[in-house]
Amino acid sequence: MELSKMRDILEAEVLCGEERLEEEVETLFASDMMSDVLACPDEIQCLLTNLINQQVIRTSDMLDIGVVIFVHGKQPAEDVVEMARQRDMALLRTECRMFTACGRLYEAGLR
Amino acid sequence: METVKLTYDIDGSNFSAAGEASTAAKRVLKKLKLPSALVRRAVVCMYEGEINMVIHADGGKAYLEVDEEKIVITLADRGPGIPDIDQAMVEGWSTASAEARNSGFGAGMGLPNMKRNSDTMEIETELGVGTTVTMTLLIGGDGQ
Repeated sequence: MELSKMRDILEAEVLCGEERLEEEVETLFASDMMSDVLACPDEIQCLLTNLINQQVIRTSDMLDIGVVIFVHGKQPAEDVVEMARQRDMALLRTECRMFTACGRLYEAGLR
Repeated sequence: METVKLTYDIDGSNFSAAGEASTAAKRVLKKLKLPSALVRRAVVCMYEGEINMVIHADGGKAYLEVDEEKIVITLADRGPGIPDIDQAMVEGWSTASAEARNSGFGAGMGLPNMKRNSDTMEIETELGVGTTVTMTLLIGGDGQ
């Protein structure tokens, strides 16, 4: 699914990485535990999380996760957004809670 | 391929900076044009170890060595040591602080994750003296 469609489904705001909106996203992971993200053996293109600290960006960078969606209206600090910008990542932010965000994307066909 | 030997200082006082050494190591491994699956395993090993050193041991040193056959990551700290390694290897078991947990770590997955992603992992630890974890990843093996 194109990232722009995910943005529409989640009614999300794009914090950085507008240029990636046309990318296809096939693999998602939803977690607030970075250790669990690191333990996932499969490729992850997009992470949904409640966490908004620098470690989210660093963990994503380690695993080549290009898109992070912050749920539940969480707003990361500007230094976190800047870190993502330097790594050419896309950051989105939605008011949807985790359950709702995952549910909407699942309903739209993402697995 | 050239042999690489690098040393990184891990600052134990700044949790938000944890992972900077692993980020730098990832760039080095990518430049060597190693298979991406192997690089991914190596950086997960080093990053988890680096986080552990910041959470539990007030930092330390990380060493990255790469030759034609293998990547060796050594993490050495002067922390409190691990009283019971078998217990520490149990998934989900953790003594991490609330700060670490709030940052998304301390789920008790670090050491098991490091073992899973390396071909061999050795832990030398002495209470009150410190811990050294050595992980080896073979180049060209099943894990690429």
